[in-house]
Amino acid sequence: MASEIGLDRLHELLAAGAQLVEVLPAEDYAKAHLPGAINIPLAKVDERGVSVLDRSRPVVVYCWDPL
Amino acid sequence: MFGKVDWLAHNLAVEGERATPPTAGRLMRDDVVRCAPGDPVGDVRAAIERSPYPFALVTAANGMLVGRVRASQLDGDPDEAVGEIMELAPSTVRPHRSAADLAKRLADRDLRWAIVTTPEGRLLGVVSRADAEGAAAKD
Repeated sequence: MASEIGLDRLHELLAAGAQLVEVLPAEDYAKAHLPGAINIPLAKVDERGVSVLDRSRPVVVYCWDPL
Repeated sequence: MFGKVDWLAHNLAVEGERATPPTAGRLMRDDVVRCAPGDPVGDVRAAIERSPYPFALVTAANGMLVGRVRASQLDGDPDEAVGEIMELAPSTVRPHRSAADLAKRLADRDLRWAIVTTPEGRLLGVVSRADAEGAAAKD
């Protein structure tokens, strides 16, 4: 189930082993991304695109801003 | 809610080709004089005189920026609290502001220093206009 989180909760989840996914375009990801994040551009967020994720661990998906 | 901009705005580390761009967060210094609103003017004046800065930043116990006092404001009663004379809510920038943008902002306003805080207002440091201009020229 998806839920919105803030920075404090993000730190907690990362400490607990959460996976980070940046959904911005590849060129934005290449410039700078959160440590350990993988890139799955929004257009590729489908069954195949997310197959690299470990479904047993939390997944945090982020883009540029909260909007 | 959280986004990449929030991460950058808290000056947290990133990875990638532009992981260390010249930004306010990379250029800032954290040795500016900090004081509490209740600190006496005389103590703050002495601290400023020992520092390379012509001002001190006033923070709450939780590190939130609440004001600024310039050396020129501290000629009065040395026992008065700086909170009584400080300038409230000085202008600030976030740490992911680029050096070029910061240099232009400071030049446009004829300022020599920028104060860097998180989006919530926690003081991180200060950046000089000279440092911002130098970094922007090299970038």
